Amino acid sequence: MSKLWTFHGGVYPPENKHQSSDSVIVHMPLPKQLVLPMSQHIGTPAKAIVAVGERVLKGQLIAAAQGFISANIHAPSSGTVSAIEERTLPHPSALVGQCIIIDTDGQEQWIEHTGLDPAQLTNSELLDAIQKAGITGLGGAGFPSSVKLQPKADISTLIINAAECEPYITADDRLMREYAQQIVAGIELVQQLLGEPKCLIGIEDNKPAAIASLSQALEQRKLKHTHIEICVIPTKYPSGGEKQLIEILTGQQVPHGGIPAELGLVCQNIGTVKAIADAVLLGQPLISRITTVTGKAATQAGNYQVLIGTQISDLLDFAKVDLAKTSRLVMGGPMMGFTLLDSQVPVVKSTNCILAAAELELAPVADHHACIRCGLCELACPAELLPQQLFWFTKAEEFDKAQNHNLSDCIECGACAWVCPSQIPLVQYYRYAKGRVRVLQAETQLAEHARSRFETREQRLIDEKLAKEKKRKARATAATAAQAAKRAANPDAEDPIAAALARVNKQKQATSLSTTAPVAPVTTEEDPYKALKTAAAITRTKLKKTSKALADAQASQHEQVDSLQASVDALTLKANKAQAELKAYEDKLGLDPEQEKQLQLVAVKTNAAVRKLEKSLATAADAAAVEAEIVTAKALHSSAAQALENYQNQSAAKQQETQES
Amino acid sequence: MALLNLSSPHHHNLNRTSRLMMWVLLATLPGLAAQSYWFGFGTLINLVWASLLALAFEAAILRIRKRPIKPFLTDGSALVTAFLLALAIPPFSPWWLTLVAVLFAIVFAKHLYGGLGNNPFNPAMVGYALCLIAFPVAMTQWASIDQNLSFTQQWQWFWFEIAPNSSPSIDAWTQATPLDLMRHPKGLTLTELAASNPQVNQGLNASAWINAAYLIGGIALLSLRVFTWHAPVAMLISLGLCASLFHLGEPDLYPSASQHLLSGATMLAAFFIVTDPVTSATSRKGKLIFGAGVGLLVFIIRSFGAYPDAFAFAILLMNLAAPLIDTYTQPKAYGHPNQKRDNN
Repeated sequence: MSKLWTFHGGVYPPENKHQSSDSVIVHMPLPKQLVLPMSQHIGTPAKAIVAVGERVLKGQLIAAAQGFISANIHAPSSGTVSAIEERTLPHPSALVGQCIIIDTDGQEQWIEHTGLDPAQLTNSELLDAIQKAGITGLGGAGFPSSVKLQPKADISTLIINAAECEPYITADDRLMREYAQQIVAGIELVQQLLGEPKCLIGIEDNKPAAIASLSQALEQRKLKHTHIEICVIPTKYPSGGEKQLIEILTGQQVPHGGIPAELGLVCQNIGTVKAIADAVLLGQPLISRITTVTGKAATQAGNYQVLIGTQISDLLDFAKVDLAKTSRLVMGGPMMGFTLLDSQVPVVKSTNCILAAAELELAPVADHHACIRCGLCELACPAELLPQQLFWFTKAEEFDKAQNHNLSDCIECGACAWVCPSQIPLVQYYRYAKGRVRVLQAETQLAEHARSRFETREQRLIDEKLAKEKKRKARATAATAAQAAKRAANPDAEDPIAAALARVNKQKQATSLSTTAPVAPVTTEEDPYKALKTAAAITRTKLKKTSKALADAQASQHEQVDSLQASVDALTLKANKAQAELKAYEDKLGLDPEQEKQLQLVAVKTNAAVRKLEKSLATAADAAAVEAEIVTAKALHSSAAQALENYQNQSAAKQQETQES
Repeated sequence: MALLNLSSPHHHNLNRTSRLMMWVLLATLPGLAAQSYWFGFGTLINLVWASLLALAFEAAILRIRKRPIKPFLTDGSALVTAFLLALAIPPFSPWWLTLVAVLFAIVFAKHLYGGLGNNPFNPAMVGYALCLIAFPVAMTQWASIDQNLSFTQQWQWFWFEIAPNSSPSIDAWTQATPLDLMRHPKGLTLTELAASNPQVNQGLNASAWINAAYLIGGIALLSLRVFTWHAPVAMLISLGLCASLFHLGEPDLYPSASQHLLSGATMLAAFFIVTDPVTSATSRKGKLIFGAGVGLLVFIIRSFGAYPDAFAFAILLMNLAAPLIDTYTQPKAYGHPNQKRDNN
């Protein structure tokens, strides 16, 4: 037998396995309805490929994997799809999610399926068979197996996790006792797939019957395979944690942030390899699993072969669970499972245990005391963390310090909370801290995103301004050139401006010979249109102001009413005159400010439409369609901008002409 | 039945802080017995008085702080503080000395910092140090071994400071501790001192017995996994090493390692005070440094300082250093690189 190592910490909670380990696996009768969540695995949820009302056969693909990390879902029995809707999921927060609901017809009619001969299969065909069968890790996390089985590195050791270290759960124990042959066959398939690495099966020493059964199955196959070894490990929680089992069996630690494949290791749950054997050798997808039903409220505690999608309530009825006596309904084990508030949720691929605990069977709810840093948690922590420090940091919301103390390495096994003499729900604190860290990171990312977006926008505005400036300059140069050409054509004509300037300068020199600073020559020509506009605006504003003063004075019976009235009258005249002059000028040149306003409005609107579309592109489901829309919107905008520019150019030209003439 | 909605784990080993504290209290009993055997009932009277005061102050301050009284009163932490104080102060202390010490320990050192778990300094040591500075005479009058005072006489002294008729002067039934004597040898070598003053060897003998009794209690706590071996062992080794080093160099001036380890409050401090989890360093490596630091400071203060025993100051100083030690001794977590792993 290979050398065994150990991992730091760990605890010894009462095993409570005997309640369910002694009875054989019972096939649960077909339930009337099956509820199949689209997300039973880690990764992207599967997508339904059947329609409501469609008849499906047992084993038929009803939801297809989406992307690399995802898993297929098959109909566990024949029947009719009665709905595809949101239902409560077996989740700690009782989330809802898309589910396919099948009303079973009782015929259990299989879709056509055949087993394959592994000797005839290439690796990719084998992998394909596993992927198609929708197999995910059955130990609890539910990671799609096909992903794990195509590691990038060379694999030297396959580790089969049969530790089943959580108290109460005996599903794997029974599976090994009753399906040892299939398990060995499954292991051989995985070995074939990974290039025949040696295989270590890690089993806790509290399962002697399972060990004997597996040894016997291996004995029978000895001629074929000698490199599968059963490693009996001491019972200690959480030796079934992937990282912990790897350390026990190989003495190596999975690097922080890394995966076992980096050490040349692949770890598979024992139930998963059995499912792989069924998928390849029988052609049966993953449509059922073994689930332990136990606890003092379960009259017929034991292990049940259950179709995926069976409502927990049906399973509890069948196992004669007295819900009136149940104080806590836990999915999973007592150390890492989560409580269900409603039994109207389905069994999913990772449901290894339903614990119906009577009152006082599990630790009662207690007020927790102050942390005295006794360090028992540190002694128990298999991740070698300082749980007490993490607790203090979380309590103080010092999440950066918590991260610095490797919060992310916490596997939430619950060993620390199990030993805490102050009964502090430590794991809950760590989950909270992890959640907060995620939120904070997302916020930082968002802020970063906003910043870069802002900077891009600023740059764009600057670029636009520069481009405009360039165009303006080009126009100015063109105009000057035109003027120069005109002058060249008519060289005798004296430049009136230059002449005027010369006169002014002469005058100045004459009047102030002693003044030092020469006054800058007035070169800017007043734009008459602009001047008129300004004059009109000024008089309008003055009129408005004075009118207001008049109204106030009238209201307060002020004595200045008369004089104000007079100035209002005068200003009204002035304003009308200014307006009339402006209008006359515009009419003379054929300018239309309303039209310009309209054009500007159109340009701004189309620009906004483009921005809006670009923004929605990030979140859009159909990116291509949105991009097409963006192209159209951009075209609209550029034509509007062109129209505006043309108009402006025209009016500028007209004005220049008038001035020149 | 309504289903409970709780976060995992759903089970617990049902260990309690109050149970840990109870073990600590029980483990002091051998030391208490030895101390009472050699120095009379003073310690016992002080212990009861200190316990009552501690509970009363704890309840009062909890009430003022508007905290639930019962859970904190029953966690046993106030009693542990009271026990440690009563064991540390001289057996013939009057009632008010204990009162001041307990008041400071519970109200100021513990609750004004936020109560159990939040105090940076060991409360008992704060109370002790305060009294040592404020009432140096009362705090250094250690009972003499051959005083033979009856319970009534001690009782009267405790409450009313009425000296017994037979020996009206307090000097008759108190004496300096052997550590104190050895620190001021008056020009004699330690051997000459021991030969000239029988109190030295008498005192050393008594304190060896008392320290042995505390050691037994400490080992019991270790085997019950109330604390780990790191801090006490580091402290004893560091104190022993320093003492040996100086003793080997100047045997006439410096007491030997065994005299250091088995006199004064060495074992009481090593197993009951240095191990206070709240105020010591956190990680195992940190505890080693913390303990070693206490041992070193104790030796320095004992040998070159102005106080006969040094634990209160040594521990308070190391309490100050604990957060810093924590910062630099964070253990390597699973899967993290560097540092050699011990496959315990």
